[in-house]
Amino acid sequence: MTHLPILPVILPGLAGIILLLLTYASVSLRRALNLIATALMVVLGIVLVGVTVDNGYQVYELGNWPSPFGIVLVLDRLSAFMVLLTALVAFCSLLFAVQGFDERGKNFHPLFQLQLMGLSIAFLTGDIFNLFVAFEVLLIASYGLLLHGGGRQRVRAGLHYVIINLVGSSLFLLAVGLIYGVTGTLNMADLAVRAGDVAPTDLPLLRTGALLLFLVFAVKGALVPLYFWLPGAYSTAGAPVAALFAIMTKVGAYAIVRIYFLVFGGTAVVAPIESLLLPAALITLTLGMVGVMITPNLKRLVSYMVIGSMGTLLIAVGLFNEASLSAGLYYLAHGTVVVSALFLLAGLISQQRGRARDHLTPAQAVAQPGLLGVLFFALAVAAIGLPPLSGFLGKVSILASATDSEAIGWVWAVVLVTSVFTLVGFSRAGSVLFWKTSGAPSEPVKATTGHIVPIVGLLGLMVVMTIWGQAVLEFTDAAAAQLADRDAYIEAVMNTPRALEAQALELTMEETP
Amino acid sequence: MEFLLASAIGAIVAAGVYLLLRARTFPVILGLGLLSYAVNLYLVASGRIAIGAPPLALEGATEFADPLPQALVLTAIVIGFAMTAFVVTLAIKARMTLNNDHVDGKE
Repeated sequence: MTHLPILPVILPGLAGIILLLLTYASVSLRRALNLIATALMVVLGIVLVGVTVDNGYQVYELGNWPSPFGIVLVLDRLSAFMVLLTALVAFCSLLFAVQGFDERGKNFHPLFQLQLMGLSIAFLTGDIFNLFVAFEVLLIASYGLLLHGGGRQRVRAGLHYVIINLVGSSLFLLAVGLIYGVTGTLNMADLAVRAGDVAPTDLPLLRTGALLLFLVFAVKGALVPLYFWLPGAYSTAGAPVAALFAIMTKVGAYAIVRIYFLVFGGTAVVAPIESLLLPAALITLTLGMVGVMITPNLKRLVSYMVIGSMGTLLIAVGLFNEASLSAGLYYLAHGTVVVSALFLLAGLISQQRGRARDHLTPAQAVAQPGLLGVLFFALAVAAIGLPPLSGFLGKVSILASATDSEAIGWVWAVVLVTSVFTLVGFSRAGSVLFWKTSGAPSEPVKATTGHIVPIVGLLGLMVVMTIWGQAVLEFTDAAAAQLADRDAYIEAVMNTPRALEAQALELTMEETP
Repeated sequence: MEFLLASAIGAIVAAGVYLLLRARTFPVILGLGLLSYAVNLYLVASGRIAIGAPPLALEGATEFADPLPQALVLTAIVIGFAMTAFVVTLAIKARMTLNNDHVDGKE
């Protein structure tokens, strides 16, 4: 048995603990350690993707307990893809953070690594209760990161964020209890088997459990009407933290794909969610992009962009077919990258505008209008979904995948009209920020190369995703195909060598009374 | 027994939700606490109620209690305790920085 699937959990876990012990060590040492650990995560992500391109599932039984009785980690194309994306976004955020933001509080570095650990567990686990634990790990790290730097705004937004997520955790446990009570298992593959032949009398109970769970993921994924916490939390967080949080909403989307596409996919359990997800996603997209159009400050604008891109992504998921899921995964990567680059850029712009910060009101000119203007323009093009960047490719493949669906009219209309909303929003923001200026910058606070490099890096990532779009789409196609093949997943997890051994042992024990 | 447990959980949830919807941080935290107690009781019940039954296959035992929900509850209690501690600290910090205990930071 290879130990590869557990490495993305152990690496940030160890790094986080070591960084915690080094709280009072020199700044450069802690920065170097964190950068090395995160760079290793990127390498690991590439290795994982490389491994899953050719192979099927890799099942890792924790503590060597035979599946389905122990907790399993399951590495497949989707989870490798998510781990790599997380590592790339985290590395760019960290490069930005080490320019000085990390020193505004003591515990930025350990929290950052523990956040990565939580994300890795969430993407790799094959057990619903373990998914709950992963959510708690990443949430408690995110509470600390959100509050990093302090200030009235952050404390207030943090209080809302923490309370809504604690309620979400309670709902998660209720859902787990219901699902366990009906099926007697928490292993996702075992659950997939038992959800298929659940007794008709138990079906409503299991559906309630699945819907409660959906509610939790909808809170995480900022689905209508559960997105109100997001603009406040994301717009008050520091720029690199908000950039890292871009991946956190995607955990909600990931969990929806994993549970309702794979585990409950095709069973009677998922029927209410199939009819619910697409309309909710369409409304989410519309409200998110209306928010982009009317909001009076840049960081809030980007936060609404997060909601809008979640809407687009969940439309693709909500169509519940393989082609649209593949397009959705491509858009997921694009949406995460563009939003985190925008958060970093918004941080720089607000630093250079004196007291106006990031409010979209006429104020002093930024110190580097050329540089920031070009970056803003390029990122806006990507966010709106205009050619030549990856946003265009993502939206086109989602639209193309909707052609066979009954809801094609709604999907095309909403996606295209909201693109115009985004265009208006970004044009307005850009013209106010860069053209409606009064007077020269009073105190020139210039962005250093270290601030610009991560943004250019994220932009470069989108260029790569466009030029090698074919390869990326082939990978997401394969990932979607793997998710659609439930039997292969069940076979891989339920019949590991250890599990077969345990089954054989059970048989012999039954034969010898 | 089932009826007693179910109505107790229901009552605790109702009280928890009521407190959660108050606009002050202290009742909200109490509400969160009650909610998590109710959830823990509920998790125990999800393994079916068995009185005086061992959670292991002992000789001579005819009835077994499901050990898994007990493990789940233990985890949930630990996590809930940590989260409550955190939210209490945060609420105190909010009281200090915002000068009142309203959840929105102002009346």
